Amino acid sequence: MNYSDFKKCTLELENGMVFPGYAFGALASARGETVFSTAMVGYPETLTDPSFEGQLLCVTYPLIGNYGVPAREVDGDGLHSTFESERIHVRALIISDLSFDYSHWSAAMSLDEWLWEQGIPGIWGVDTRRLTQVLRENGSMLGRLVQENGIAPDFEDPNATNLVAAASCSHVIRYREGAGKKVVLVDCGVKHNIIRCLLKTGVEVVRVPWDYDFNADKTMDDYDGLFISNGPGNPDLCETTVGHIREAMKRGRPIFGICMGNQLLAKAAGAKTYKLRYGHRGHNQPVRMADSEKCFITSQNHGFAVDETTLPDDWEPFFTNLNDGTNEGIRHSSKPFFSVQFHPEASSGPLDTMYLFNHFVSML
Amino acid sequence: MSKFKKVLLLGSGALKIGQAGEFDYSGSQALKALSEEGIETVLINPNIATVQTSEGVADSVYLLPVTPYFVEKVIEKERPDGIMLTFGGQTALNCGVELDRSGVLEKYGVKVLGTPVRAIVDTEDRDAFARRMEEIGVSIIRSHAVDSVEAARKAAGEIGYPVILRSAYALGGLGSGFCNDEAELDIQAGKAFAYSPQVLVEKSLKGWKEVEYEVVRDCYDNCITVCNMENFDPLGIHTGESIVVAPCQTLNNHDINLLRDTAIRIVRHLGIIGECNVQYGYDPDSDDYRVIEVNARLSRSSALASKATGYPLAFIAAKLGLGYGLFELTNAVTKCTPAFFEPALDYIVCKIPRWDLRKFHGVSRKIGSSMKSVGEVMAIGRNFEEALQKGLRMIGQGAHGFVMNKAAAPDDLDSALREPDDTRIFAIAQALSAGYTIERIHELTKIDAWFLHKLRNIFDTGLELSRYEDCRELPDQLLLQAKRQGFSDHQIARAIYKEGFDAEPDQDRVREWRKSRGIVPRVKQIDTLAAEFPARTNYLYLTYNGNFDDILYEDDGKSVIVLGSGAYRIGSSVEFDWCSVTALQTIRKAGWRGVMINYNPETVSTDYDICDRLYFEELTLERVLDICELEHPHGTVVSVGGQIPNNLAVRLDAHKVPILGTGASDIDRAEDRHKFSSIVDSLDIDQPQWMELTSRKELDGFIERVGYPVLIRPSYVLSGAAMHVCYDSSELDSYLSMAVEVSQQHPVVVSEFMQRCKEIEFDAVADSGKILAYAISEHVEFAGVHSGDATIVFPAQKIYLATMKRLKAIAGKIAGALHITGPFNIQFLAKENFVKVIECNLRASRSFPFVSKVSKVNMIELATQAMLREHPKPVHKDDFDFDYVGVKASQFSFARLLRADPVLGVDMASTGEAGCMGDDLNDALLKAVESVGYPVPDGPVLISSGDALQKADLLEACRLLAAKGYTIYATKGTQRHLSDNDIPAVRALWPDEESESLDLDYKTALELIRSRTVKMVINIPKNYTATELENGYKIRRAAVDFNVPLFTNARLATAFVKAFCTMSMDDISIKASDEFKLNT
Repeated sequence: MNYSDFKKCTLELENGMVFPGYAFGALASARGETVFSTAMVGYPETLTDPSFEGQLLCVTYPLIGNYGVPAREVDGDGLHSTFESERIHVRALIISDLSFDYSHWSAAMSLDEWLWEQGIPGIWGVDTRRLTQVLRENGSMLGRLVQENGIAPDFEDPNATNLVAAASCSHVIRYREGAGKKVVLVDCGVKHNIIRCLLKTGVEVVRVPWDYDFNADKTMDDYDGLFISNGPGNPDLCETTVGHIREAMKRGRPIFGICMGNQLLAKAAGAKTYKLRYGHRGHNQPVRMADSEKCFITSQNHGFAVDETTLPDDWEPFFTNLNDGTNEGIRHSSKPFFSVQFHPEASSGPLDTMYLFNHFVSML
Repeated sequence: MSKFKKVLLLGSGALKIGQAGEFDYSGSQALKALSEEGIETVLINPNIATVQTSEGVADSVYLLPVTPYFVEKVIEKERPDGIMLTFGGQTALNCGVELDRSGVLEKYGVKVLGTPVRAIVDTEDRDAFARRMEEIGVSIIRSHAVDSVEAARKAAGEIGYPVILRSAYALGGLGSGFCNDEAELDIQAGKAFAYSPQVLVEKSLKGWKEVEYEVVRDCYDNCITVCNMENFDPLGIHTGESIVVAPCQTLNNHDINLLRDTAIRIVRHLGIIGECNVQYGYDPDSDDYRVIEVNARLSRSSALASKATGYPLAFIAAKLGLGYGLFELTNAVTKCTPAFFEPALDYIVCKIPRWDLRKFHGVSRKIGSSMKSVGEVMAIGRNFEEALQKGLRMIGQGAHGFVMNKAAAPDDLDSALREPDDTRIFAIAQALSAGYTIERIHELTKIDAWFLHKLRNIFDTGLELSRYEDCRELPDQLLLQAKRQGFSDHQIARAIYKEGFDAEPDQDRVREWRKSRGIVPRVKQIDTLAAEFPARTNYLYLTYNGNFDDILYEDDGKSVIVLGSGAYRIGSSVEFDWCSVTALQTIRKAGWRGVMINYNPETVSTDYDICDRLYFEELTLERVLDICELEHPHGTVVSVGGQIPNNLAVRLDAHKVPILGTGASDIDRAEDRHKFSSIVDSLDIDQPQWMELTSRKELDGFIERVGYPVLIRPSYVLSGAAMHVCYDSSELDSYLSMAVEVSQQHPVVVSEFMQRCKEIEFDAVADSGKILAYAISEHVEFAGVHSGDATIVFPAQKIYLATMKRLKAIAGKIAGALHITGPFNIQFLAKENFVKVIECNLRASRSFPFVSKVSKVNMIELATQAMLREHPKPVHKDDFDFDYVGVKASQFSFARLLRADPVLGVDMASTGEAGCMGDDLNDALLKAVESVGYPVPDGPVLISSGDALQKADLLEACRLLAAKGYTIYATKGTQRHLSDNDIPAVRALWPDEESESLDLDYKTALELIRSRTVKMVINIPKNYTATELENGYKIRRAAVDFNVPLFTNARLATAFVKAFCTMSMDDISIKASDEFKLNT
């Protein structure tokens, strides 16, 4: 492996900074919002997480690709057991050191081969620590990946478009009909592990598109609980979903939301959301449960947050981020509605808050 | 917040294999955490060279053995309300468990802070542990606890070979080993039972991955895993013997979180409060795992994890012990986020063990389930290649990285790969060179292919570099690639210039060219959160995998760099860390910016709290120059970190780096044997005769003049033999034919060897050639025992006043002639009226912390002030004013060094030391000797006392023993000699007399040892003939293997016997350091 064997490419930021590196994966250009994640493992899960739709992802851990990429496996429910969705959602991967030779019993191909197969460009040899500092100081920035002698695409803000619409399913999908209690899952770009976690508790899941009016569908009128999934982009572009949630709240059945689901539930309750400077992306985010000494390490991936000060009186914070004090979850003071900003389903990340799925199902 | 007023902390005692400087770091952190809370702290630790026993760290320091007897005495006197057991390694833990069991803690109302004893016992007792793990469905290695060899055989039969045996309650895997069949099991079981009444028989999982997690839990049940680590070497090699990386590299998200979650479940179930280490075996072909062990205390791994992540585990663990929640404490690096988080790394660290196996005669160099390494290094990089190559240079045993080393190929490459020894990593380089595939190397080593692929990257880059003949021809891309993979300029130059390679000028040439191409290292911070939050951290490393610096340099000429001491090894240990830390403190107090360079994760000097900037970096010329080019220092201190910085002085000076204190040319005049000798001659100072010789004929001529014995130091070594004393021509012949080449290219240095002389240490500080302070200490043993192995008394008790005056006058002349500013040490020989200089080092010596703490004159502080040109006033303390005595004794680790002959000579063999103070010599000596593992015997003593002179030397001791009622067993000649002198002794048979079976009533010496009938063995090697060495060796080795205290020096044995026959245990003073006062 010699550096001279690789094509050069560059990452350019909207502020004019240029980061040189070497190309891998697909030799294509890309554009989107540049974000960083501090997770040290889990690139197959992360890259297929629909919440990363529209983003150029910088991984702060420098050695990537070590254990290759597992084979695509679909389980009995039609869910991907090794990935979080059907495809890679990040638009480009930015790293420091790439393992072309991988080693793991479960691997089927290298990261380089996988990105190539999926048509996603990568850049390695980047000073990712510096890039992270720039994003930290300036906030997430638009960026573009340009191949040597290639044409530079114009910068584009993915948050201006409705990314949820792109990441959501297009029709109703039913899992394990008649298995038990029925949960309607509003898919804003759901990670497959969320569905797996719900199914593991023994419930039936009805997965509906983000803008589907489940309140009006007689076939799901008898649902026991509502789940609002994670998803990419700006919650302000999902007013349709917020309207449906607000309608559902009137029926008083249990509601559980994760990530985007937290923001949409908050909006339905009447609170506001805002864009964080550079978001939380990683496996080491500490949260504390309100009014307790209970703390958890959580997996997170979000650029927007709930403004706690705008919560109506009958709502209260459920979890708070110990690093920066931002909201990590809300709950209704009397009704069975709650949501969290972090990812209890992990995949990738720590499993500390997995119990929330059982908590939800026990309310049904 | 705290309800505790006074807390006792147990230290770990003298450094030994398996328990080294990491506990100085953890103990110091814990004491800091307690002091911050306004809690009065009491420390028991006889390791006088540590930072934690320094003034201002604990409120009271007891330099006493960490044994239940002494700890109870201190508890009785100090009446602490809390005790911390988990900061002093296995020694403190075992002592604490014993104190709890015997009811001492309850009796005095002392509460154990942090993890309760119940949980500690659950982790230490294998049966209890297995039961506790089964309760939560955690897989462990099926382990059978047995209490006899018979039962061990039966268990092994059930489990199926291969099996591993371990002693319960033993530190660092002591007495453990693999057995492939019953014959091997019989041998191994005998040894294992010597250390513990309980031995564990387990299925061997050789070839599995080995993974560790460091877990922290608070009293609110909040848990985090601070770090995970993966061994480069597969299971079967003790983690202390393995190259380790953090974080794990070959595990995916599922693997990592499965093990993380399991570790947290374990820690919760056991009820740990504080820090805990969980070790796993992990199947390379599935997600099957086994928990190997759980350490409910700070450990070597936790020290490494602290340094690897920047998370101060010991400090936090101490706070948790006081009842804090993790969310209530602050991340010490960011200072704005809480301690409840898991560090995200944006670099990789690589730990590599340092062995010193060549120092020992007869030792097996194979590495396995028992720990033999004496130290370790940690290298930081932004890829594995960079971290590994840095690390291999840090080890300091001549390697320049993974490739471009001058190494002889092993005879049998396959077995070198299959049966690892201390050089296996280089066997992999040889294998790549011999065309082995990664698959083949993996098959032989079971090292994960990921690591091997990375090694091949380095190898390939080396080949690519070798295609060029001049650095100016190198494409920038290739040069950058090499530097990013951790190649040093030296390695690059060697690849390019090949046979014509001339180290100094060629590496300078590469350096200049590289800089002209803009290829320079960048400085990055370790900030625990991968740059997610702004951190004002001063914890730094350099890398070529980056284009920007994290630091904006002030360029104000206020930086003073201290070069540290590198990996702990025989001859350089925690004492130089104390010197480095003290120098930094003095520098900062004087208003300078204290900058540290060191790479030893077991030290306090690499704690980022201790300095203004810490470079966790190599102490090579290249890297020190890199740092100097960033810092533009006012000066660099090369005299407090032992030999590594001392050796750099001349080359740094040549590259215009300002050296503080004694000038580089003067350091050179002291280091260069010829130059120093002529200075000594010109000052009219006596020295033993010596010559540098290039032929056997010259050698014979020299010996004819001075007579035997002679000391030979080879400058080129073939088989690993080092310095040697030859007593006659036959010994000289065999030594020369076996080990040393004498030729024009490889001269040997031969000097007269003076017998039965006193050896005296003169430690001093000078300013511009004038002595500011000095300390004279004497060896208990006669010269010939390396000063690092000798027992040292300060102030000297048995030196003529006239001699003292001579010593001082000579030292004054040398200080003047060499224009010394800073610390220095001179070693003298003295007998009757003559005094000869044998060595002079213009740097701090091993004994500086000892004499500083005993005399209460901080000689390093003084030396540093002198080097900073503060012109401190001379300090003089009269030896007559000391109403007390300090004794420093050496700690040996022969028990871990399979087959090594535990005999002392001119080459150093000890791994640590203890220093204690007493009201008189006996008081101090008993404490110091017990501190290094030789308790006062409570039963018979076995003596075989060497030649006639040595027999005479020991007579007085034997008389005392007999009078005190001790039964003496003695070998043939000794027994006869004792009878002739009316001292009753029972004859014991030498190993070679056993077959003769002279009288059935006689017990054999080996039997007496194995059955532990004797509680102390004195074996003085008579001469160096093969049979004597064989006979005596068996006795010595048996004593070591069966854990019976062994003395091989008549002078030390006599002093010890005298001490315990003169005073009883009850007479031993229990006093804190500051209770020993000067009588002024």
